[in-house]
Amino acid sequence: MQDSFFLRKRLNTSLYCALLFLITIAAIIITQYDIVKGFTSIPKAAEWAVSNFYPNAKAMTKLPDILDSLMETLLVSIAATTVAGIFAFLFAILGSTTTGIGGVFSLLSRWIATLFRNIDVAAWSMILLISFGQSVMTGYLALFFGSFGFLTRAFMESIDEVSNSSVEALRATGASYFSIIVHSVIPSSIPQLISWILFMIETNIRQATLIGILTGTGVGFLFSLYYKSLNYSSASLVVIAIIAVIFIIEAVSNYVRRVIL
Amino acid sequence: MELQEAVRAPYERERYNDRSPDLLIPRKPFNKGSFAILMTLLVLAFLTMYGFISFDYKDLDFGAAIQSTLQTLRTMFFSPALNHFNFSHALYQVLITLGLAFLTTLFGAVIALFLGLLASRNLSSPLLSTIVRSVVAFIRAVPTVLWVLIFAVAAGLGSVAAVIGMTFHSISYLVKAYSESFEELDNGVIEALKASGAGWWQIVFQAVIPSSITYLISWTFMRLEINFAVAVAMGAAAGAGGIGYDMFMASAFYYDVREIGAITYFILVLAVLMELFATRLKKKLKVKV
Repeated sequence: MQDSFFLRKRLNTSLYCALLFLITIAAIIITQYDIVKGFTSIPKAAEWAVSNFYPNAKAMTKLPDILDSLMETLLVSIAATTVAGIFAFLFAILGSTTTGIGGVFSLLSRWIATLFRNIDVAAWSMILLISFGQSVMTGYLALFFGSFGFLTRAFMESIDEVSNSSVEALRATGASYFSIIVHSVIPSSIPQLISWILFMIETNIRQATLIGILTGTGVGFLFSLYYKSLNYSSASLVVIAIIAVIFIIEAVSNYVRRVIL
Repeated sequence: MELQEAVRAPYERERYNDRSPDLLIPRKPFNKGSFAILMTLLVLAFLTMYGFISFDYKDLDFGAAIQSTLQTLRTMFFSPALNHFNFSHALYQVLITLGLAFLTTLFGAVIALFLGLLASRNLSSPLLSTIVRSVVAFIRAVPTVLWVLIFAVAAGLGSVAAVIGMTFHSISYLVKAYSESFEELDNGVIEALKASGAGWWQIVFQAVIPSSITYLISWTFMRLEINFAVAVAMGAAAGAGGIGYDMFMASAFYYDVREIGAITYFILVLAVLMELFATRLKKKLKVKV
């Protein structure tokens, strides 16, 4: 009895391992990934980074430009997240199981959230690039749509988690729908919502770099410009500036989260 | 009437004054949390407004742009078509993207498992865990696309640079998630095993990993979903191949809206399938992340 239990367990484990191994082999063949090259490229990249990828005096003259476009990227990320947060809040209220008005609206807002979340920001930026061209608005709208989908889902779950019993209690006293929302749902869920918004801002700054490379705006454009013209020392300065900003944002949002949660 | 009111007024005032200390007490006492919430909202609102004012719109005609975007979206979603390649090619490219995501997640998970053990405070020394945590925080701060492009200099554009660059980011994400799951383990269990003379590896394989395996699996699947989206983006931005590269070509070179629509459908179907699979897996494992 005991023997067969352990035997079965071991068989199960090796079956899973074999399956995983097969998928790995298939993935390596399909993507034409060269394992040896993969391993050797890490030390090669490190060696290259040490010898080329650091800012020099000439790169420092580009610093004002870099800071300018970094500021723009930062503002785009924040503005996109905040406005997306407002819309996401409305949709989350409509779509959540405790506060939703039910029926078609709940279903519709859930579907819209799923649709927007599953189209990647890179895809959005390429779709929007056709009409909006190389302007700030392309990046802004791409970030907005991506954040909107994600935040709606996150807000829905936070609202459901926090406000189930208090909504029921207020409904029992005969409070109207809007006073339930204003006096119960918003105050009890706002720390979580702010925490999600801060998280989204952090994510969006990284995403904005990618979008910038694709759409030719902001700090991502500067990086790809320097990178493509082999001006690696200026490109490294861009990377350092991005790292510094992300660390600052993370520190600020960690502090806010500690205070409010 | 007027006289009566004039006579009553001082009394009224007196009564009001009697009550005034009560009124002076604010309804809500000062609270650091609610102050921080208010300040955060104000700062965000201010920065948003400042952002909108300071953006360089480059003479963008909003009405026309929005109208043409709606037009684009309608063409995209209602008449998708493949013009520069056929269905089987698209399917193969989606598989390549999925393969990139899978390899990245697998490599990331294996490396992050060990680094996560080193990073969790209850299993390693304080110094070691601090070092691993700061290295990981540094890796996480650099956007994925920059990692891929940095490795592309050494390895050339293609799947090698994409996998290595994306693996870096997966490692940093998973180390954080894994080490937090490891730290949830009851300290008593480790102590008991230590007292019975178990070595470090025995503690890890007999207690730590079995008790957190469901969390590990569900975090790993979450990362697989993210990596799929990242792989699409890397195909477009770093020439890593896969469906993302085709999408980039369709958008930036051919301006072929219908093809973008078809590719979007491919990505959407796969993303929804993966989400459904992950939800079912999580339900089966009964964890909430």
